[in-house]
Amino acid sequence: MEPRIGIRNTKSMIYKGVIIFFAFVITVPLIIVLLYIIKQGIGQVNWNFLTHIPAPVGEKGGGIVNALTGSFILVMVASVIAIPLGILAGIYLSENPGTKLAYYSGLCVDILQAVPSIVVGIIFYLWLVKPFHSFSALSGAVALAVMMLPIVIRSTEQTLLLLPPSLKEAALSLGVPYHRVILKVIVPCGFAGILSGITLSIARVIGETAPLLFTAFGSSFLSTSLFKPMESLPHVIFTYATSPYDDQHDLAWGASFILLVFVLTLNIITKVITRKWKIQL
Amino acid sequence: MENTIVKAENYNSYFGDNHVVKDVNISINRNEVIAVMGPSGCGKTTFLRGINRMHELIPGATSQGKILLDGENVYDMNAIYVRAKIGMVFQRPNPFPNLSIYENVVAGYLLNGIKVSKADKDVIVEKSLTSAALWKEVKDSLHKKGTFLSGGQQQRLCIARAIAMQPDLILFDEPTSALDPISTSSVEALFHELKANYTLIIVTHNMQQAARVSDRTAFFYMGELVEFDDTKQMFTAPKDQRTQNYITGRFS
Repeated sequence: MEPRIGIRNTKSMIYKGVIIFFAFVITVPLIIVLLYIIKQGIGQVNWNFLTHIPAPVGEKGGGIVNALTGSFILVMVASVIAIPLGILAGIYLSENPGTKLAYYSGLCVDILQAVPSIVVGIIFYLWLVKPFHSFSALSGAVALAVMMLPIVIRSTEQTLLLLPPSLKEAALSLGVPYHRVILKVIVPCGFAGILSGITLSIARVIGETAPLLFTAFGSSFLSTSLFKPMESLPHVIFTYATSPYDDQHDLAWGASFILLVFVLTLNIITKVITRKWKIQL
Repeated sequence: MENTIVKAENYNSYFGDNHVVKDVNISINRNEVIAVMGPSGCGKTTFLRGINRMHELIPGATSQGKILLDGENVYDMNAIYVRAKIGMVFQRPNPFPNLSIYENVVAGYLLNGIKVSKADKDVIVEKSLTSAALWKEVKDSLHKKGTFLSGGQQQRLCIARAIAMQPDLILFDEPTSALDPISTSSVEALFHELKANYTLIIVTHNMQQAARVSDRTAFFYMGELVEFDDTKQMFTAPKDQRTQNYITGRFS
């Protein structure tokens, strides 16, 4: 028996080694990308960068306040549209599994999730830009909302499906009407899961360029009107990175750094929410 | 009879085409402890859930016949009103995990949006927890989450939650089947005290428990109410052969 145990231990060690190696291999490129963006971008970030609109070509300085405000407004409006709709649809799906409508809407959600973002952009270009003969922030926000919806719907549904049915029974047996059971028991108990779905969906769309290319388009001025073109962080990166001027390349790196910080923060917030606010069943 | 609180008349329950409770007639008196026993799948839980109209919440579930609560057919009343009037305790303790112990006790008021003053709530909480024999253990941690309690304590919290709504009748669906022996005996001891103010209907698959806690016992088999008699009588001299077989352990 002795020697066989030796072989088995060696096999175990090799196996463990292989796993650790591949775990390392997949993290290395990620860390290199992160470090490179930080190295290129962090030097650009200063007060001026955060509070000024881009300077005309040839002039020094300038910032990306228009893109910051733009991204903020676009994501806010998209959230206002997508979050209530997504949560309600998620509640419907979790409450009525097995019905035909739930099956087909679930299928639609999956398909929507798989639609390439550029296609979403084209569709809202046709529906919301062409008829009004103008690029608009609103059309961009709607396109982003459509990208957020499947994530919010599925995360709400999955969270609520995990709640034990006994919880609902407890409330119903106290004579609580159905709508109050949903609002006061089911949703609060699944709150952490729903909220983390929301932050994840925001992190997902804040970096989307494709749906904004033909909708919100972009603008070199600070604009807060929903009916005019609006700049956004990913779009500013796209335009400046492809321009021939070094100054604009620097701005693009700075904007990439800011975007990265946003996405990382949102992901960390999601992790914290799921850990701290999770309700122990 | 003046003393009757619940009466079933030709009561039948179905899951789709599956006839689960067959033509049950039973009359239960105020301040009695009734045990409902029988083998798995005999319809005892379905019958219990028919009393406060929880049965119909399952898709495909239907019922026929009457359940009279204080002489009024619950199937002619608003289901929500019926459920608020009858307390229910489930197989597994199910306190609301998002609420504190205090809020769990008054959950029936909170969730229904019934306005109660803080002073009244304090009284309800203390009274209900005392009746559920839990007050001494939790009075210093009322604002902690209910889910931090042990299983037995959680189940007593659920009993307090039912009591807080001031029902006349409390239904128990195998209330100790998920509890350890010590918690079980603490809940059983409670039944004796609750009897003074409430009528209890306890579904159990544990014969010893039925014998220990109840005044009268109903034996269900294959959806039929086979026998309903004084507990002592039933366990010493059952009238029906099937009851005899069940009690002597020929099937379970």
